[in-house]
This record gives sequence, structure tokens and C-alpha cells, in this order.
Amino acid sequence: MAQLSLRGIKKSFKTVDVLHGIDLEIGDREFVVFVGPSGCGKSTLLRLIAGLDQISEGEFVLNGQRMNQVPPSRRGIAMVFQSYALYPHMDVYENMAFGARLMGLDKAEVEARIAQTARMLRLEPFLKRKPRELSGGQRQRVAIGRALVRKPDVFLLDEPLSNLDAALRSDVRLEIAKLHRDIGGTMIYVTHDQVEALTLADKIVVMNLGRIEQVGSPRELYEAPANTFVATFIGSPRMTLIDVARQGDRLAIAGGGSVLVTALPDVARLRIGVRPDAVVLEHGHAEDGFTASVVYTEYLGDNAFVYVRLADNTLMPARVGVNERFAPDAPVTVKLERAAMHFFSAEDGRRLDP
Amino acid sequence: MSLAATTTYYDRKGLMATLGRDGMLQVILVANSFIMLAPIIIMVFSAFKTNMEIFQSPFSLPDFSNVGNFVKIWTETNFLRYLANSFFVTGSSMVLILTLGTMAAYALARYQFRGNGFILMFFLAGLTLPLKLAIIPLFILMRDLGILNNQLSLIFVYTATGLPTTVFIMTGFIRTLPNELEDAARMDGASEARIMWSIMLPLVRPAMVIAAIQNVVPIWNDFFFPLVFIQNDNLKTLPQGLTTFMGEYATDYGALFSGLTLSAAPIILIYILLSRQFISGMTAGAVK
Repeated sequence: MAQLSLRGIKKSFKTVDVLHGIDLEIGDREFVVFVGPSGCGKSTLLRLIAGLDQISEGEFVLNGQRMNQVPPSRRGIAMVFQSYALYPHMDVYENMAFGARLMGLDKAEVEARIAQTARMLRLEPFLKRKPRELSGGQRQRVAIGRALVRKPDVFLLDEPLSNLDAALRSDVRLEIAKLHRDIGGTMIYVTHDQVEALTLADKIVVMNLGRIEQVGSPRELYEAPANTFVATFIGSPRMTLIDVARQGDRLAIAGGGSVLVTALPDVARLRIGVRPDAVVLEHGHAEDGFTASVVYTEYLGDNAFVYVRLADNTLMPARVGVNERFAPDAPVTVKLERAAMHFFSAEDGRRLDP
Repeated sequence: MSLAATTTYYDRKGLMATLGRDGMLQVILVANSFIMLAPIIIMVFSAFKTNMEIFQSPFSLPDFSNVGNFVKIWTETNFLRYLANSFFVTGSSMVLILTLGTMAAYALARYQFRGNGFILMFFLAGLTLPLKLAIIPLFILMRDLGILNNQLSLIFVYTATGLPTTVFIMTGFIRTLPNELEDAARMDGASEARIMWSIMLPLVRPAMVIAAIQNVVPIWNDFFFPLVFIQNDNLKTLPQGLTTFMGEYATDYGALFSGLTLSAAPIILIYILLSRQFISGMTAGAVK
């Protein structure tokens, strides 16, 4: 059982404020991913939950108990570090036993737990090896194993995949997902990679500049981003934002054509967001639609992205079939699917719903 | 047509090309080790010669069966006593230097507190201080503490001289160790003392060895402080004790050299044993 509540958490290092009031509820057995650009405070928040740094202001409650002053090892929390932080002078067995022994477990129990963990993570052949004799993926598994042996309620993982090469990364990602299903603890996972966030999370927390921008399931974040930051952060290629003026039922770019859109929010100027798959390109300039010219094409095998430049100089990707050809500099017309359009306030970037 | 026949003048290689960069390095290193070893070899040779032989043919091979000098050392001086004293003084000083130095360096490198930078600078200032200049106040201090003619006076002075370099070396080294190791140990429930003992100490061993070698040689060889502080023959250290053979009018160089050979032997052995230690990279594989 693990129920975490963060209430008005603030953190400052000397004069620099890193977190400006974080409120978040995390439920039992949830897989929560903190995602955001570097420097957004996601790792700091994780360290506050772990107890490695002091909370400057606010309250962290775990299972109804205030945790602000509880030392890290008494919180029932284990952490997997970005660099793994394996003890280099101990072999794999000792690395896993160190924490278990400090918990006051007897020898047989320590052995049993390590045997079980090693079996689960396929580490049995490596128990007598030193960390330097292991590959990156194996070290990663030892780091996870060291956390598992303590049987914590909450697992914290700080960018655990960032030191692995691309091929290994998707394997380990699958393993972590499987592990969460098997052991069922609450996991909090920090990453800057939105693919990891989308694939692993039950709940994504998007952070920026020390604030939470949005909390939601991957689907909610993708389909209904709360503001332009979340909209452009989630999804690849990024969502394009276009500043448009409303002219009756039409949305227009100055000197660049307009599109007819029904059921618009009631403001004069707004910013629309379009993902590449909601864009339809037609050859030549037409009356209805934004005029644009082709910049270049990215061929990806199963589909292709054509980057076009709109009249206001916005670069916009559009997904097209691999058989469609768009020559560089060719004039095209951009049409948008109404159902896939997002509307944001031109002033503060908040989502507007009609 | 064979290859040799086509070789012309400009195909001939210079010294650099024949030996290559590594070859030249080898030549320089071999020459250097010869220069370094020559005094030691002459010392060992002279230990087996009489005063007469030393002056007649200083570089010749001695008769190694002639161990008269060593017998003289053994019978005419308190050699074993001096050796034990040297071991005691050097050993105690090293234990104090390494224990205090490592603990101070760990605190300076890892904990943020007011005056942190000042204390480090204060230690480093000790590097610039020639302690021998303070010999008169030190003598008065030791007299007032009542430890003149007592090995404690030597141990205190050596510890004080050894700490600056040790703190300097160790602080720099500990700062290069990843913070996450200690965080991981904290998550595992280790106390600060246990982190120091079980995690940091094994990792800083290479730096401790460097600090030890740096300090052990001057302390072992020191002649000045024992000369001033120690008068009792039973408390004398080796370099001090061997001066028995340096008379006002005549010096028994053969006996002196054999004493030096015996006193250098343990330090050379320690050096060889320890140098293996700091070559091994202890931190490899700690973090990616």
C-alpha cells in the first residue's frame, strides 16, 4: 500500500527557487512519470520524495504520515539512480545485500530475497562479479535489483534508461513495464523522453520551470493538452502552433489564406494547434486553406513527413503517404481536420474549448 | 629485383623513425632510471667496503662477503632499538595523518557549512609553512607540554606537517567521486559513519596511498626534529642513531653506508608494495 500526497511542495537552493508549489496525489500501484525539459525540477522533486534533499516548504505525506523529517531509509522508498551508483568495490551479491542487511534482516532472509530477485532479473550468473565486469544493461538490472531486495512500497527511478544505447533502451523499457505489473508497487519514474512517458505511464505529470503543467493519462495529455507547453511537449513530430485571426467562421493567417471552421471559441485572436496527422496537403494554391510551400520531406519507411512553410513563416510537418511526392519549393494548400484541432488562448496559451 | 636494391638515400630512416616515438621514450626512461638508481647502488656497494676502498675505487664492485660494516652496526649501536623507534614514530604519525586527513577531507569535500572554504585554505596555507623556522617556539612549546625527550613531540610535529598535503590530495580526490554513491547508501539506510567506512574508504584507498607515500619518506628520513627533541639514546630514530659513525675528526663511511642501506630497505619495500595499490583503478565501473 502506498498513497503519496504532495501538498504545496517548494524547494529553493540558497536564493534560487527550483520548485514553486507542487500539489500532487499518487495512488497505490500507480506508475507515474514525471516528464519535462532539463532543469524543470523533476529530478529535484524525486529527491525530495526520496528524502535526499530537505523540503523547503510544504508537506509530503505517505500513507497518512508526514514524511518531511523522516530519513530516506525509513520511508519505505527505494531509488534507482541515473548513473546506477553501484558500489564499485562490492560484487553484485554484496551490492544487493548491503541495504538488506542494514534493514536488520537475518542472514537467511537476505539470502532468500537476493536469490528471488536474481532469478526475476536473470542476474544469477553474475552474483560474484564486480560492477565493472558487467555490461550497461546488466548494471541497470543490478541497480533495480538492489531496490527490489528492500521490498519498498514506492520505487523511484531517475532517468534509468538514459545511459543505455537505443536498442537496449526499448528492451529495458519493456522489462520495467513488466516488473511493475509483477511486483505491483507504486513507481515514480523521471524522464525527459516523452516516448518513455507515453509508453510506461498510468499517469503523466508534465513539469516546466518548477511547476506542474498538467497531470493526466497519456491519452488525456495527447488528446486534450491543457496548454501550448504540454501540446508541443507530447507527440513527435511536435504539434504546430499557428497564430490566427478569427473572421466570422473562418480562421485566417495574414496574407496566407484561411480555413472554414465550425464551432469556434468566442475570441477574436487565438492560437491553433495541429498534429502532423491532422494536416491534409493539396498540390497548388487553392481558395480554401492556408497557402504554403514545401521545404523538405522526411522519409521514414512506413510514412513520410513533409515540412511546409506557411505565410507567417511557421514550419509545419504534415504526415503523408509514402507514395505522395512533394517537390521542394512547390506551392501547396494546407487543410486541417476540425476534429483534430486544438484551440489555445493567444495571450497565455491556455486551452480554449468551444 | 629485390626490395633492398631499390632502397635509395632518402629511404634511409633517421633515429626518430627507426625507434619511433615510443622507442625514444624508452631510451629516455632507461637513462633516467639509471640516474635514479645509481646513488642507491653506490650506497649498497659502499656498505661492503672499508673507508680505504671507498676512496680508492668508489664505483668498483665490492666483495659481498665482507660484512664487517654490518657487524659493526649491529654490535656498536643500538640498531634494532633505533629501527623500532623509527617504525613507531613513522607508523603512529601515518595513522594519525591518514585518519585525521581523510576525515577532514571528507567533511570539506562533501558537507556544505559556513567556513568550509576557509578551513580548506587554512590547511593549504600549511603547505607554504617551513616548520623548521619555528623550531625555537616549537621547542619551548614541547618543553611546556612536558614532552621533550619523548616521541610524542615527534609524532605531533609530523602529523602537523603531513596534514596539509593529505587534506589537499584527499579533498580533490573525494570531490571526483560520484555523489550518487552516498545517496544510494543513504537510501539503503547507512549512517554517515558507515558511508564513510564501507563506501568511501575503499574508494579513496588510491589517494590514501599517494598521501602515505608522499609523507612516509620525509618522516622516516627526518633528522632535524629528532636531533632537537630527543636526547635519550633509547628513543633515537634511525637517521639520528647512525650519526654515531660521523665523528668530529673521522667518519666511518663504510659503516654509515651499511646503516643507510638497512634503513632504506624497509621504505623501499613499502614503496614497492604500495605502488601496486594506487595503480589499480578502484572506481572503474562505479557509474557509467
